[in-house]
Amino acid sequence: MEINKTRARIPISQHPHSVMKQDGGEIGAKVTIEINGKPYSAQLGTTILEACKMNNIHIPTLCYHEDLCLAGVCRICVVEIEGMRTLQASCTYPITNPLKLWTSSEKVRKARRHILDLLLSEHYGECYSCVRNNNCALQRLAKEYGVDFYRFGHITQPRYEIDRSSYSVVRDMNKCVLCKRCVRTCIDLQEVGVLEATRKGYSTLISTFMDKPLADVICINCGQCINRCPTGALHAKDPSDEVWESIDSPTKHVVVQIAPSIRASIGEEFGLPPGQSMTGQLVTALRMMGFDRVFDTDFAADLTIIEEGTELLLRLKRKILEGDNSVKLPQFTSCSPGWIKYIEHFYPEYLDYLSTCKSPQQMFGAVIKTFYANEYGLHPGDIVTVAVMPCSAKKFECNRPEMNSSGYKDIDYGLTTRELAQMIKEAGIYLPELPKNHFDKPFGDASGAGLIFGATGGVMEAALRTVFEIVTGREVPFKNLDIVPCRGMDGVRQSSIKLENVKPEWKFLEGIELKFLIAHGTANAKRVMEALKNGGLNDVHFVEIMGCPGGCIGGGGQPIPTSPEIRRKRAEAIYNEDAELPIRKSHENPHINYIYEKFLTDGPCGHLSHRLLHTHYIKRGKYIV
Amino acid sequence: MPIVNDTVFFDAKKHGEALEKAFLLTPQQIVMDVRDAGLKGRGGAGFPTGTKWMLALSANAENKFVVCNADEGEPGTFKDRVLLSEYTKLVFEGMVIAGYAIQAQQGIVYLRGEYSYLLNHLEAYLDKMRQENRLGNNILGSGFSFDIEIRLGSGAYVCGEETALIESLEGHRGEARNRPPFPVNTGYLGYPTIVNNVETFACAYIILSKGAEWFAKYGTEKSKGMKLISVSGDCRKPGVYEVPFGITIKELLELVGAERTKAVQVGGASGICIPMSEINRNISFEDVPTGGSVIIFNETRDMLGVLRNFMEFFVEESCGQCSPCRIGNKKLLEGVELIEQGKASYNYIRELISLGQSMQVASKCGLGQSSPNPFISILTHFKDEIMSYHNGENNGNK
Amino acid sequence: MLAQEKNALIYEIEALTKKLGSGRESLLPILQNIQRKFGYISDFALQEIARYLDIHPVEVYGVVSFYSHLSVEPKGKYIIRLCKTISCDLLGKEAIARTLEKELGLKFGETSKDKKYTLEYCNCIGMCDQGPAVLINEQVHTRLTPSKVVEILGKLK
Repeated sequence: MEINKTRARIPISQHPHSVMKQDGGEIGAKVTIEINGKPYSAQLGTTILEACKMNNIHIPTLCYHEDLCLAGVCRICVVEIEGMRTLQASCTYPITNPLKLWTSSEKVRKARRHILDLLLSEHYGECYSCVRNNNCALQRLAKEYGVDFYRFGHITQPRYEIDRSSYSVVRDMNKCVLCKRCVRTCIDLQEVGVLEATRKGYSTLISTFMDKPLADVICINCGQCINRCPTGALHAKDPSDEVWESIDSPTKHVVVQIAPSIRASIGEEFGLPPGQSMTGQLVTALRMMGFDRVFDTDFAADLTIIEEGTELLLRLKRKILEGDNSVKLPQFTSCSPGWIKYIEHFYPEYLDYLSTCKSPQQMFGAVIKTFYANEYGLHPGDIVTVAVMPCSAKKFECNRPEMNSSGYKDIDYGLTTRELAQMIKEAGIYLPELPKNHFDKPFGDASGAGLIFGATGGVMEAALRTVFEIVTGREVPFKNLDIVPCRGMDGVRQSSIKLENVKPEWKFLEGIELKFLIAHGTANAKRVMEALKNGGLNDVHFVEIMGCPGGCIGGGGQPIPTSPEIRRKRAEAIYNEDAELPIRKSHENPHINYIYEKFLTDGPCGHLSHRLLHTHYIKRGKYIV
Repeated sequence: MPIVNDTVFFDAKKHGEALEKAFLLTPQQIVMDVRDAGLKGRGGAGFPTGTKWMLALSANAENKFVVCNADEGEPGTFKDRVLLSEYTKLVFEGMVIAGYAIQAQQGIVYLRGEYSYLLNHLEAYLDKMRQENRLGNNILGSGFSFDIEIRLGSGAYVCGEETALIESLEGHRGEARNRPPFPVNTGYLGYPTIVNNVETFACAYIILSKGAEWFAKYGTEKSKGMKLISVSGDCRKPGVYEVPFGITIKELLELVGAERTKAVQVGGASGICIPMSEINRNISFEDVPTGGSVIIFNETRDMLGVLRNFMEFFVEESCGQCSPCRIGNKKLLEGVELIEQGKASYNYIRELISLGQSMQVASKCGLGQSSPNPFISILTHFKDEIMSYHNGENNGNK
Repeated sequence: MLAQEKNALIYEIEALTKKLGSGRESLLPILQNIQRKFGYISDFALQEIARYLDIHPVEVYGVVSFYSHLSVEPKGKYIIRLCKTISCDLLGKEAIARTLEKELGLKFGETSKDKKYTLEYCNCIGMCDQGPAVLINEQVHTRLTPSKVVEILGKLK
């Protein structure tokens, strides 16, 4: 398959100057630069900021973000270079010759302080009533620079109305510092194109198409903008008050599920370094908070694999054995609600390629309000289902009107990792010190396959572990079941597994090279969809797409900040935990088998599972009314 | 008084043809001529044109562009309008010469939207040049091909900044780019691009026609040649004047019939305000640089009102991307309002001047780097007048 | 928006992209043409232009809202832009402004109900030696006096 890069929007001059490996030695020329009176070695072409970082010299930044193209607009990172009248933004200034520079001269400090004073004078609202209190780049800078009064006054009235129209993202432009991180995230990183700078001069405002409410434009709710916003201008819509209310209500049976990827990240909210798994502690904390049942979304992920794997095999069968050309292949995964809304808006004519499976979150909700309610003699109306997700799009997903298989909302409330951490703190619990505990039966045990859903490539790996074994009766031919081609952080990855010596009932698959493709981040999804459009995916069978860079571990509901390094560590934590688990294949999860024996008796993709576990999609299109 | 009475400089009829001469030279020789003439950018920043062209010539690329910055938006400047409408030949043929010098194939005139009424004339002139084979394929049999396209601005002052102009040409918001890389390496559509002021191209024509040595006879040590000055405000004879660099402000005031002058704003809204005590300063890159705007205020004028007008201009016309310029200009304007109401202590004014100095060094582009100029110079030179405000009234000391 | 109007817009945008190319660098010329022909750039037009150039509608909106000569709101047949910058101000812009408001019955920033006139301020239009000056569509009028303003307005049909 040919994946073409689309034309970059950002002019070349504002592309990130990539830092080459110091020992790589390709264009290895080094140059000696003098920073604050001391000589340092720097690679030609790196920016001043990168060179300083490598040498542990701190320069404050605000608009700079590792994931994004360069902007150079906040001017906080300015440095003084010998021979230049003006200060230069260190984040954008490439080192092309020996330089002599100062990172905190009088001129620099004065300018930075003035810029901070200016930003603060326009920043409406108080820190203590802000969701980003204690995790705000502006607040941190104010402290770093000893700001103790508003030198140029302080705005007393809000300039803009807060946009709460979206189920997922709240926009409060009164707190915006116009760093354009969200714009660069939305347009360049995700290529969704909802947010952009509008107007000019003092009136400049980050806004949507024709200033419409976020709910009315083509936002996919991925929340990547939230993850990169330095202040509280963008934040997720928080239902924690409603969740507390349900917990406190004696008549409600409150069931919580936690997604695979949040255990690998929530520790960061408690000051731990990224990549520390908190599974057992989380279960304890959730029980202490008063949830009636604590379940593992990994279980539903296993269920998803059974359904989605079966769906794939059925599609293959209809296409290859029965020659039904109306069957769409490759089959695309449907776990990521950001991706789902993306395809509904941008490629509505390809919805038939999507697996009809609901996401694990929604499957779980449907099972809880039907099977579980029945087993335990509960009325579904009395059950409150809460899902803790790494995701802001999940908030939109659980409010989709079609997601009510039991007659009640499959999932009542979606919480992000950040919001759960907040609630845990509110309950007076310090998570890292808690004893470990197990999830509740009957949906407590899950396989490692369900767990790795949290990282890009995980759904594919989990599906392959099961599908390959169903077809051939053997385990996938990878050491320790680690399907390495599925892993990693490349934007688009593709590989294949040959199906040989298959079981008799799958004879039509004998010798077939099962081709699969994995993409994460909607910019890469766009590339894949364009390839599909141009017939470039004709020989591919299965495609996993996650809306967020890195998959769920980089989701819009995850702890802030995010960076390639942080995402890599979170993914590592998940893969390590998978390797330790006794059951690593979805179809070997005994509780999954139990549910098919007792409840979904007509089997995977059967009549009942279609009613409860599958869904349909909406052709939304791009046109904004 | 070093005034040249017959305005030889910009009158094409008095020169020999430059284009014919240019094609007898190599591109390198033209660049050297322009450099030897000491020509500096006439838009106001004064970057040596020869150096700019040299960099563009040595850049290796399949495409190069010559851009004529006709986005003349600086308050008080209108000399480019006169050049474009009455001295068209100099500008366009100067562009062809530049194209040949840097080996570009395409020229673009970025004409401000407010001047769209010039479009018919300019297009007709380009057609005439094409018919006379002074534009298009194989110009004058030289083997060099070059064409010029006119693109309109849409009402944004900041697009006069060269990288904002390129952004605008590329269909973006007119927001200045980070530099380096500079347009001579990475300009329009990523290709090496020179952006020069209308007057600079006209000067290049004159240099090719009359020779570098002749050109360099005029002006001062570091500011060679003649300069077009747009004069407006309180004087009897406003208009465009051609003067040699080095002319004092006093001489200029006499030339244009200014009386009872209180102050002169040189360089437009982004320039500096010169009080009468400093009128022996001269117009040159060494002393008081200007893109060509001189606005004269007589004794009846209220300098704070003048400053308010300038600051309102910048609050609107900043592109809004970088924080020092976007918010800084607003704070300076609010400062002016406080002063008008008599509510600003001199301590606070000093703080604002200090802010202005930070904006001068920390802003991303020339707009924010120069917008505090009038604030700082007016508040410094007219301290007593400024401090006499109370409740929006000036209590004497005007 | 009526289907005919939509069709006219699509027809125009298609013709423009054919003539000017569908690269991003054609965006401003296309917008300028649509603005001139239709008096504004409707949200339908914004999205159609975005579709033809394969960019996001919000980017087109970001561009339109940046440039003061482009507008997403319908403007009058005659857009009257009075220069408010310093030289024109010194030469009596205030009196001209009051005359314009009085004669047109409009405040600055407003468009008449019949969509005939839009009255706006603008920044320096390069007529500083002949102020006060006004730009009516693409026509410039200089050395204005209140009586001259009345005369000029009288000639606008």
